[in-house]
This record gives sequence, structure tokens and C-alpha cells, in this order.
Amino acid sequence: MSSTTDASTGRAQISERTLRTDRWWLSPLLNVAGLGAWVIYATVRVFMQSYYFTDLPGQQYSYLTPFYSPCFSVGCTPEASHFGQFLPDWWWLPYAAISLPFLLLFRLTCYYYRKAYYRAFYLSPPACAVAEPHKKYTGETRFPLLAQNLHRYFFYFAGLVTLVNTYDAVVAFINKDGSFGFGLGNIILVANVVLLWLYTISCHSCRSIIGGRLNHFSKHPVRYKLWGQVSVLNGKHMQLAWTTLASLAITDFYIMAVSAGWWGDPRIVG
Amino acid sequence: MSYWAHFRVWRGDSDKGELVDYPAEVNEGEVVLDIIHRLQQTEAQDLAVRWNCKAGKCGSCSMEINGRPRLACMTRMNTFAEDEVVTVTPLRTFPVIRDLVTDVSFNYTKAREIPSFAPPEGVEPGEYRMQQVDVERSQEFRKCIECYLCQNTCHVVRDHEENKEAFAGPRYLMRIAELDMHPLDSADRQQAAQEEHGLGYCNITKCCTEVCPEHIKITDNALIPLKERVVDRKYDPVVWLGNKLFRRGEAANKNR
Repeated sequence: MSSTTDASTGRAQISERTLRTDRWWLSPLLNVAGLGAWVIYATVRVFMQSYYFTDLPGQQYSYLTPFYSPCFSVGCTPEASHFGQFLPDWWWLPYAAISLPFLLLFRLTCYYYRKAYYRAFYLSPPACAVAEPHKKYTGETRFPLLAQNLHRYFFYFAGLVTLVNTYDAVVAFINKDGSFGFGLGNIILVANVVLLWLYTISCHSCRSIIGGRLNHFSKHPVRYKLWGQVSVLNGKHMQLAWTTLASLAITDFYIMAVSAGWWGDPRIVG
Repeated sequence: MSYWAHFRVWRGDSDKGELVDYPAEVNEGEVVLDIIHRLQQTEAQDLAVRWNCKAGKCGSCSMEINGRPRLACMTRMNTFAEDEVVTVTPLRTFPVIRDLVTDVSFNYTKAREIPSFAPPEGVEPGEYRMQQVDVERSQEFRKCIECYLCQNTCHVVRDHEENKEAFAGPRYLMRIAELDMHPLDSADRQQAAQEEHGLGYCNITKCCTEVCPEHIKITDNALIPLKERVVDRKYDPVVWLGNKLFRRGEAANKNR
């Protein structure tokens, strides 16, 4: 029983879990729907092991979806493996099995997503001043939630993977015959990479590393300036978290559609 | 333009209590505290309420209005529909004394548990020298008016009375963050935050920020940076390597 409704400690005797009259349940509901839909889509796609690279006959351009980058499995199309192949080709092992777990953990331990899923999935609390259903609460003081403090490690790794995504976006401008090419897919890939960088840089860990951990800004003017800029981005971290989920899904879906021949990539150059 | 509103006010003490219905006249420009005062003058002359400045600066009239922790003096009546029932209850995290007045001494206890500002050894009062840029970040936290709305809404203690012993609450973790960021404070705040004041209980769901009448970004600017400073200290491999390579000790870490 929540202490909010238990008056044994001298609190006001009010039996309702909350007296809020607004639609406090809407935000957790939207989070469950949005995060749930994305996780289902991403899970299906990473285990599909097809339609991740545009290599249909006649297609000069080559786009690799971020869900399969870097493509380390021996099952990958050789042209899609920019950094070699060494993972076995098993149906249950995603082709990008090296990067995906860390990216998942980066998002799972992100301060924004923590707020979102603690509220929406664990109902801890479902909304402000709405009693949670749990009898006990120890927060992030014990394993496994103590591991949320490892966000810093996943941030470093996510930076590396975003570098790889940037490389993929640049390489996509080079056609198979070595000429320069540029189409709608390139715009989508570049936009996705820019958003991924903004999300990664706006991370609370990055804000701390850049300058937040300093006590004497006056001794570090460059880091102070960078901290100010990261702080501005950090204020948009929630929006960037959702925008990058959307941009990742859109980029992947677009490349799947082009790869499957559902539609062709409108070319601007080459 | 006046109208008659339907108020439901919690009346009682720590033994028993109930929501009591009152009709109340509302005039243009009034706030909830005005209506509570009108009820004291008319329908409920023994209604207990704590208030002082009526300007959102003393933090006395904290209560829950339609279930949301608010300052009664800063909650305008024109934010409610005329036919809406306005429910007013005391803060639900603290023991009630009578009607809308609660015993907030939990917060005084927590305040006393935090060691005060500790200047470096050999630096006497009057000799403190610091740059404005080094202190302005924590000046945001000095806007706190001690209304305890954040302490009241934080589910760690609101829903779990047993955590009151171990958890200082957002207001006092913010105080620790303020001291830890201070360029002249020499005490070890990070270890104390984690091990003595329950920083790990905070799951950064941001209700403290949502209810703050001073719009202090408690979570983003105090609690998360404090958590990150603990991570710097206890978990970050790069910081650990830097400290080893450049032979930096705890004192240097504090003086960064």
C-alpha cells in the first residue's frame, strides 16, 4: 500500500490514489504506445536479416541501414561490410550484434528514457502526485538499477557507433562505379546522422564530461563555452530522443523499401 | 464579474478528517488563497491554513489543489472552469496538524543533516575570492523559497514513508549539489550524497522540477549533475585513467 493513502503515519486521511482531475494518464499511455511500437519494429527488423542494403540489379547507389551497421556477420553482403566480417551467420544473431546491444543500453540508461519508462512501464510514479502501486521502492541504489550509472560507458561507445554511421552516410555518396551520386536516400541518411549526433552530444553525461564536472569555469574558458552550448542542446534532449527514434525508423524503412524494390530512390545527381 | 464556485476542502486532524463542500464567491483576479480566506470569513471560521506573503515568495501556502501540489497564492481561479469542483487538501507527504496545515519538520531535520559550507583550510572569512562565472550556476538553486512542494511530490517519500530516514529529498540533494559545485567548498559532498543522503533513490522522474514554483530545473541542473559527479568519481574509466596518469588525488579533483 502506498503511504499516500495510508494515514497511519499521521498524514491526512484521504483514500484516493490521486485527486488530480486532468488527463495525467495520457503521457504514460503515449510513452507505452510510442516506445512499444518502436521496440517491436526494431526487433523485427534486426532479426529479418534482409533488405538492409540496396543492391538490386541496376541500382548504382548503395545505402546501408543503421540497424545493420557495422555489418560484421559473414552473412552480410560483402559490399555492406565496411569493417570486415567475423561474426557467425546465425538466425538469432543480428548482423550488427556488436553495436546494437550498446546502442540499446545507451538509450536504456539515458536520463530521459529512464524518466519515460519509469513512469510509463514501472508506474514509479505513473505521474506526479499519483500514488504508485509498489509496496517497496529502493530506486537506483541496488542491482540491477544501480547499473544505470554505467550510462557513461555506453555514451562513449555510442559516440563510436555514430562515427560509423557518419562513415556510412558519406560512403553512400559514392556509386558502385566510383562516381559521385546523390539522391533522396542520401538526404535521409545525412539527416539521420545529424540528429544522432545532436542526441548523443546533448546527453547529460556529455554535458558533465564537457564541463559540468568543473568547479572553476574561469580556469577553463573553452570548456565553459562548450558546456554552455551542450547545455542548450541538453534542454532539447527529450525532443531529440524521440526525433532520433523516428529518424532511425524512417531511415531503415526507406532503405528496406528501396532494397525490396517497393520504390526507387529519386536521384538528384547520378 | 463574480460567480459561485464549488470548493471541497479537507477538514480534520491526524486522527480523522474528510472533504467538506463549501460554496464560495469568486471575484475577478482572485487566487485560491483568496477563496480560502473568504471561507474563513464566512463558512468555516476555524479553518486552519498557513500563509504569509501572498506573493509566491515565502513558500508558506503550499497545498494540493485538484490533486496537484501548488502554492495557493499563485493559483489563479481563472485557470478553473466556473462549474469545476475545486478540491483543496493538505500536503499528503507530511503529517497533518489540522485542516490544511502540515508538520514539515522532516525538512528541517534533513537540512540539519547537511554539513554547511566548508572553506579550504587557512582561508578565513573575508578572504574568500571567486569569479562570478564560477558561482552563477549554483545561484539558480538559491532561488528556492523552501515551499517543500518538491519534497512533497517526490514519490520516494510520498509513497514510501520508510524511505524518509535514508532519503534527503530533492530540495536537500539540490543543496548538496550547490555546495559541491561551489569553487571554495572543500568538503566531500559526492560520497555523502550517495551514501548518506540517498541520491541513488532518485529515479529522475522530474516531478520536483514540474512542481517548483520558482521554475528551478532541479533534476537537470542539480540532481543529474550530482549523479554524474558521483559517476565521475566511482565509475568513469577515463577519469580514473586521467587521475592515475597525472597522479591527481581527491584534493585536486575537488579543485578542478
